[in-house]
Amino acid sequence: MTLLSVRGLSLSIDATPILAEVSFDIAPGETFGLVGESGSGKSMTALGVMGLLPSGTVAAGEVRFAGENLLSLPERRLTALRGNEIGMIFQEPMTALNPMKTIGDQVAETLLIHRAARRAEARAAARDRLARVGLPEERFPLSLYPHELSGGQRQRVAIAMAIALRPKLLIADEPTTALDVTTQAQILDLLKRLTAEEGMALMLITHDLAVVAGMATHVAVMQQGRIVEDGATGTVFRTRAHDYTRKLFAASGHRPARTARTRPETLLEVEEAVREYALPRPTAFAPHPRLRAVDGVSLTIRRGESLGLVGESGCGKSTLTRAILGLDPIQSGRVRLGGAEVTAGRTMPRALRARMQVVFQDPYGSFNPRHRVGRLVAEPFHLTGTPTDASDRVAAALEEVGLEAGDMTKYIHEFSGGQRQRVAIARALIIRPDLIVLDEAVSALDVRVRAQVLDLLARLQDSHGLAYLFVSHDLSVVRAVTDRVLVMRSGRIVEEGETETVFTRPSHPYTRQLVAATPVIPANWKEEAHDD
Amino acid sequence: MRLPLLLGLALSLAALLAAVVSLVWTPYDITAMAIAERLQPPSPAHWLGTDHFGRDIGAMLMAGAQTSIAVALVAVGIGMGAGVPLGLIAAANRGSLIDEAVMRLNDLVFAFPSLVIAILITAVFGPSALNAILAIGIFNVPVFARVTRGAALSLWTLDFIRAAEVAGKGPARISVEHILPNLANLLIVQGTIQFSLGILAEAGLSYVGLGAQPPTASWGRMLAEAQTMVTLAPHVAIFPGLAIVLTVLGLNLLGDGLRDHLDPRLRRIR
Repeated sequence: MTLLSVRGLSLSIDATPILAEVSFDIAPGETFGLVGESGSGKSMTALGVMGLLPSGTVAAGEVRFAGENLLSLPERRLTALRGNEIGMIFQEPMTALNPMKTIGDQVAETLLIHRAARRAEARAAARDRLARVGLPEERFPLSLYPHELSGGQRQRVAIAMAIALRPKLLIADEPTTALDVTTQAQILDLLKRLTAEEGMALMLITHDLAVVAGMATHVAVMQQGRIVEDGATGTVFRTRAHDYTRKLFAASGHRPARTARTRPETLLEVEEAVREYALPRPTAFAPHPRLRAVDGVSLTIRRGESLGLVGESGCGKSTLTRAILGLDPIQSGRVRLGGAEVTAGRTMPRALRARMQVVFQDPYGSFNPRHRVGRLVAEPFHLTGTPTDASDRVAAALEEVGLEAGDMTKYIHEFSGGQRQRVAIARALIIRPDLIVLDEAVSALDVRVRAQVLDLLARLQDSHGLAYLFVSHDLSVVRAVTDRVLVMRSGRIVEEGETETVFTRPSHPYTRQLVAATPVIPANWKEEAHDD
Repeated sequence: MRLPLLLGLALSLAALLAAVVSLVWTPYDITAMAIAERLQPPSPAHWLGTDHFGRDIGAMLMAGAQTSIAVALVAVGIGMGAGVPLGLIAAANRGSLIDEAVMRLNDLVFAFPSLVIAILITAVFGPSALNAILAIGIFNVPVFARVTRGAALSLWTLDFIRAAEVAGKGPARISVEHILPNLANLLIVQGTIQFSLGILAEAGLSYVGLGAQPPTASWGRMLAEAQTMVTLAPHVAIFPGLAIVLTVLGLNLLGDGLRDHLDPRLRRIR
């Protein structure tokens, strides 16, 4: 018996094919994983199931939910199903909730829309559901607004809304991608518990193989609008019958070949750095409370070394990074690069600034959309003075990162996310710095593109003797490319050491918690991979 | 290019052409009265008819376009010239006293009703086109300052600004090199809207007698003078009214169309 049966679902928008012949089944109470890279059609499949396709979409095939073909149902019947029988949660908990309504009203709304309860009952039910998702009455009254909650708590509210009417199927589209690892682990646990207790089926859409490995009983791998492989999770992971699955798998655990080339000289030295921010006054005349974002941090990076800095959002790693780059002043302590003091803003000599560069996370916001790539990459020449052969050097830098010299005349929107990160690396490389700060530089990339960019970074480090400060919340990436690692929490470094040692034998409880929370593909599923 | 943009361009160019041509030639002399021919309906001799002094309305509209466009253009120029730098300075020093001072000064100007200020200026300096320009221009400054600051603030949070800072560029340079080009769309749209509002404002000021003085032709004054005769000879009011409506419509279409056309991202999506 199946709950949801998708047969030969094909979609196209304005004659562009989006999905081709997608078929899968979800049994009642089962957790089904849909894995694929961005643009593979995962989210469109979910929207197709919900009947929420954008206008102009032409759909063919069948989506049978409890016997009815959803594609042929009128909108009125579909609205009755949505929320009632099928619930959905999205990636971004910040935008999935209405900021103007209290969490109680939002959860109760689902019940009121479906006339499942009267107002007072709906509020009681909302109270109950919020408690079930781990937001108990005492600490989280119904009168809270979304901005008063953290990202993980908001995602819990979104889940409470989705399960308010005990749907038979919950669709979760990248539910933990925007969250920190420990929060991710909690949300995944919650989803697991809810599916078990409520007998609810879960369709889990994600790009993260490790998340699926820990959650789904049954998985489908999607590529370019097609399901290339599906079956029981363990079998799919072990056999990897399709070439694409093998590639995805290899990329997700990819470790670039690198040899540690750390030299003894100290390059960057941070001593007892402190940075505080004034928070808004709690009442009109109270003094500003102060937040210590960076609380006495010391670290050193040697020449040619690759240092990881891990921590969850809000731990102060961005503030520390800004201080190291000389963008924000620190209130006490000092930052020295090659012996010279790093100071914020104009006071820092250009020659010193020219010794470090940065690559940011967001491949879209990192470039001025109005400039051509040639000009974007040449921007750091502002520090050194533009050499006479600037355009040759830009061309060489582009070729070095795997792009073409001809790309100089293009605008940034003509490039994909991975190519943009290559442009960003070319920009950082052009003035031959000693240190490159990689601020979540691969976090926004798909696994295969990420593996390629990591390879590129390893190669460049090798050939130029670069030092990297690798700032990330993603432990597996940090583990793959760094020599040493620092674990940061609430503005302090709680653990420091050789990367392998820290990850295999974490000594601080917080590090242990982080390592434990990171989803992994079971080792015995991986082992058999070496056979083929 | 799409139809609205073309239509906007055509209407705006028509107004501009009329203004430019009127500098050297109008079908009739707009200062010569011919009482015998007053209030004639449209005819082959006078395509748009004549007014109560027997002047050709077509000729007066052409000359009036000159006044309207000159006043609105210079007023927008004043607004942009002062407002955009102020907005950029405020955004570059966000949260500081400079930001606060600039924006509160803007609020102060915003708080005065523009017509009252225009009356004040004309009361002191006497009514003239120049004073109308000043009055309209001053009220354009806070509009541009606010729009610029608001958009610049969100740009300042983007990573490419961080990258420019890492490349050692100071706030002034970043404002000019990175912020301003990304505001161009917005300023073009706001500019055309303020331009059309400027034309309306000039017409309004002239209507109450505070703008260009006779014998300078002005659409607003033509409307004011036509008011008493509107039942007798409706064309005297209709044509200046149409001129205002079509020019303002054309400018708004042009602004919207240009924004879409100039943005490299929007261009690609289409």
